[in-house]
Amino acid sequence: MNRTEGRARVRRTWNTVAALLILAVMLFPVYWMISTALQPHTSIASADLIPTSPSFDNFRNALDSQGGSLVTSLIVALGAVVVCLALAAPAAYGLAQFGLRGGRAIVFGTLITQMVPGIVVANALYSAYAELNLVNSYLGLILADASLGLPFAIVLLRAFMVSIPSEVVEAAMVDGANRFTAFVRIVLPMSRNALITSGLFAFLFAWADFIFALTLNTTDDVKPVTLGIYQFIGAHVSDWGAVMATAVLSAIPAAILLVVAQKYIAAGIAGGSIK
Amino acid sequence: MTTATQEKKAAPPTGSSRRGAGRRRLYQWLFVAPALVYMLAFFGYPLVRNVLMSFQEFTPRTYFTGESPFNGLENWRGVFENDLFGDALWQTILFTIGSLVGQFTIGLGLAVFFSRRFHLSAFVRAILLLPWLVPMVVSAVVWRRIMDEDHGVLNSFLETVGLSSDGVAWLSSPSVALLSAILVNIWIGIPFNMVILYGGLQEIPRELYEAASLDGAGPWRTFRSVTLPMLRPVVTVVLVLGFMSTIKILDLILALTGGGPADSTQTLGTLTYQLSFLQLDFGQGAVVGNVLILISAVFAVLYLRVNRADHQPGK
Repeated sequence: MNRTEGRARVRRTWNTVAALLILAVMLFPVYWMISTALQPHTSIASADLIPTSPSFDNFRNALDSQGGSLVTSLIVALGAVVVCLALAAPAAYGLAQFGLRGGRAIVFGTLITQMVPGIVVANALYSAYAELNLVNSYLGLILADASLGLPFAIVLLRAFMVSIPSEVVEAAMVDGANRFTAFVRIVLPMSRNALITSGLFAFLFAWADFIFALTLNTTDDVKPVTLGIYQFIGAHVSDWGAVMATAVLSAIPAAILLVVAQKYIAAGIAGGSIK
Repeated sequence: MTTATQEKKAAPPTGSSRRGAGRRRLYQWLFVAPALVYMLAFFGYPLVRNVLMSFQEFTPRTYFTGESPFNGLENWRGVFENDLFGDALWQTILFTIGSLVGQFTIGLGLAVFFSRRFHLSAFVRAILLLPWLVPMVVSAVVWRRIMDEDHGVLNSFLETVGLSSDGVAWLSSPSVALLSAILVNIWIGIPFNMVILYGGLQEIPRELYEAASLDGAGPWRTFRSVTLPMLRPVVTVVLVLGFMSTIKILDLILALTGGGPADSTQTLGTLTYQLSFLQLDFGQGAVVGNVLILISAVFAVLYLRVNRADHQPGK
């Protein structure tokens, strides 16, 4: 009895060791990114494996040249979250609770939109944007980026809102609230977790957007960090340290969310069809 | 079911309340309308517009004149006679299949591994998601440095271990670059595959494993006869979703190789971008885009079938 227990413990320990090895291999590029970013003067020579004398010079350079882009990314991503949730929450509620004729077709269409390649959307959107003066504008990019998270948000929120008993809302309406007030006061607070999850993914999708940033901008007026880093490497790269520092900075939201919002991310992926 | 009961409630007999019901319907539609209008503008319109554009002539001058006359099948002929289209199509297929096979196999392996109970399992699983959450362009840029022929850490590693003496031209050799792009995309896709497949594995009832072990089945036999069949719906979802996100990839390749060297990593996605936004031939770009959509549509049908079957019981 004792021996089998001991053997099981040894096996568990080996599993943990193997898991850490897998982690090391899989996350090596991330480590390399951080390590290179911490080593100044890595322009031509390759970086050392371990930054023996770490410095934040690269980050200073990165912030100097890409700081504005980071702010742009933040504005655009937050804007996309607002647009996305403002559109998705009422729609998901309507589709979940009202039994609208054609509601099923809309849900079906929402699923299909996830298969439309971004570059195809951009191809057609560009000329429309040119006519509407939306090229090189925050509004234009925010609206386009919201499309990355919207189908997912509708599907996820609807799946949740289906399970809200309609009596809850009807009770509020008996008390004099109209359907919209009841939606805002009752349904939205109840859907808090689903809202956070879909908002989170809307943020990540918009933050990671590259195609719309690349195609719907012809000047540097609205330049998110994904576009910034791409232009950075476009010409001859002279300063890899600063490029890597920019990469680290642009990966920070993902890292933060991974730590802070782990359960929502897990819920989102389990929620199904994303990316 | 909710549909039926709501419909009944919404159909009262008298005239005035019928008007009230109509008003209520209208009011209910107001919840859905904004999102619907948005989706028509940002998905419906581009789809239709792309089809039209593929029959129109766009030149760099179009930008100033605003004229894009219809030119029949000119764009289609132009694209199909362009050797690059065939190459891009073939490379897209290789890229997609290579990525999916790699992501799925490794993702499944890791999912099975992490289903065992040991310390830090949940923690490591969570952290492994990072590559998937980092913007794809950023990952590609980092890999571009890692795979650099002269200064990349990958080649220094291979030389140190003794696997390669003069370094591999990961990104500068036309015969290797596509493989490199596939490898990077596998790295990006593993976490997603792993997490979904892991979730699927947890749904398999433990009794099945106990029964298999009572029947004397070994680990491989159990995996083939219990795990794989039970996992099938999840496997299909993962593969179809992976297919649809991989076939349209653009960011990764533009930032890693820019489609080169010698167009050896051009895909339908990068070709669309190049034709439309670099050569300003939006007509030909639309043609390639339409081909991309057509391929996705075939798989969309597959996906919706799976999705429907998946959502039938319960939710």
